[in-house]
Amino acid sequence: MVFHYFGKYILLIQAVFRKPEKFSIYKNEIFREMVSIGLGSLGIISIISVFIGAVTTVQTAFQLTSDLIPKSIIGGITRDSTILELSPTICSLVLAGKVGSSIASQIGTMRVTEQIDALEIMGINAPGYLILPKLLGGIIMIPMLVVVAIALSIMGGYLAGSASGAVTSQEFIQGLTTDFIPFTLAVAMIKALVFAFIITTVSAYQGYYTDGGAIEVGNSSTKAVVISCIAILISDYVIAQLLL
Amino acid sequence: MIEVKDVFKSFGDNEVLKGITADFKPGVTSLIIGSSGSGKTTLMKNMVGLHEPNSGKVFYDGRDFTSMDTEERIDIRKEIGMLFQGSALFDSMTVEKNIRFPLDMFTDQSKAEKLDRVNFVLERVNLAGKNHLYPAELSGGMMKRVGIARAIAMRPKYLFCDEPNSGLDPKSSIMIDELVAEITKEYEITTVIVTHDMNSVMGIGEHILFLHQGEKWWEGSKDEITSTDNKELNEFVFATKLMETLLKK
Repeated sequence: MVFHYFGKYILLIQAVFRKPEKFSIYKNEIFREMVSIGLGSLGIISIISVFIGAVTTVQTAFQLTSDLIPKSIIGGITRDSTILELSPTICSLVLAGKVGSSIASQIGTMRVTEQIDALEIMGINAPGYLILPKLLGGIIMIPMLVVVAIALSIMGGYLAGSASGAVTSQEFIQGLTTDFIPFTLAVAMIKALVFAFIITTVSAYQGYYTDGGAIEVGNSSTKAVVISCIAILISDYVIAQLLL
Repeated sequence: MIEVKDVFKSFGDNEVLKGITADFKPGVTSLIIGSSGSGKTTLMKNMVGLHEPNSGKVFYDGRDFTSMDTEERIDIRKEIGMLFQGSALFDSMTVEKNIRFPLDMFTDQSKAEKLDRVNFVLERVNLAGKNHLYPAELSGGMMKRVGIARAIAMRPKYLFCDEPNSGLDPKSSIMIDELVAEITKEYEITTVIVTHDMNSVMGIGEHILFLHQGEKWWEGSKDEITSTDNKELNEFVFATKLMETLLKK
């Protein structure tokens, strides 16, 4: 049964990459999706990121009770955990909820109101027209959101450390700039790309194969979020295992 | 002309179409009628390729549609217009964008040419000047008319209408029927309408196909439909009190 659904998913992805009927129309749709996914999610990602960084700093400081360990290490831990795990993964889980459910319900509603049938009757490649702009919009904007999230998390950590007195500004910056491995940023970007692909395609698949009415659209939206989150966590582990 | 030859379709164990054969001629309004579950919508979906028949063929002017791959079908689909039961207008687009959409996708016309065509078809369906309204701002009848305008924007050779009168009041219903019939004659379109509305049958039914339990049970015109001794067809035709009363008079 799992193979049946996976096969359908692969066939849908294959159809998404068929040659576009008119690239100029696709281009406009891609820009529209970039605005919707990128700017539309910037607020929530910013708020979450600042607090993730702040909490990471405060909790790390709470656990480092030994005088033998320099306080500056808090900056290093906040940086690495933010770059490697917290920003790409938590942001993607949040985006799976926000962007994924929106994609699934949008496409699902189009399916149950016969708008997808109308596209097909016109001779338009419906998966390509509906999913490709969302996929490209996600792949371009989600890594950018992750970069913003990393920056804001570190800033949140810096502010919380200074405000709580857990770590001084100098110590935090010293920890931040010591032993930085640039490859961790590459890992974060690879994660963001993979997660963006998962969020957009899994949600689009759930929406595209919706059958029924309003209740089924809601179910598709829920399934899209649940399956995307599980797929993100599994691929997070696989990427970490392969690259680190 | 559309030829349907011995089309069978089943969903699991449920055999919905049992060897339907029929011809639909250009310039003629053909109606597929039958009670719910008789297979009329399934037949239409098999004809336009939204479903694949288990066996049998559909030909568009001699071109075997059922044997074509996705790419080959696109050329025929550009010649097909379809009005859906719920209109299926793209709700994120205005009336003008909905109608212009296939033109944007498949033609290299200038903006002015496309706008001319949009305004022409809007005028044809009596909706001139409604270009900038969204589907949510339209009544049911207006949505159907925009659906027709979009369907004919590409000058189709074949027009399919799935329950064009559903949810409409009798006056709007007649307006839609007459519009479709007029367009069919005017542009020599092969028009196929799926309906169970007897007003449509008696109004525009030049060629009628009655399906019963997935089989072609009767074929004829509106003039013949009331004088047949086909039991199932009579049960369908005279199911409404209005029809019964009118015919008694």
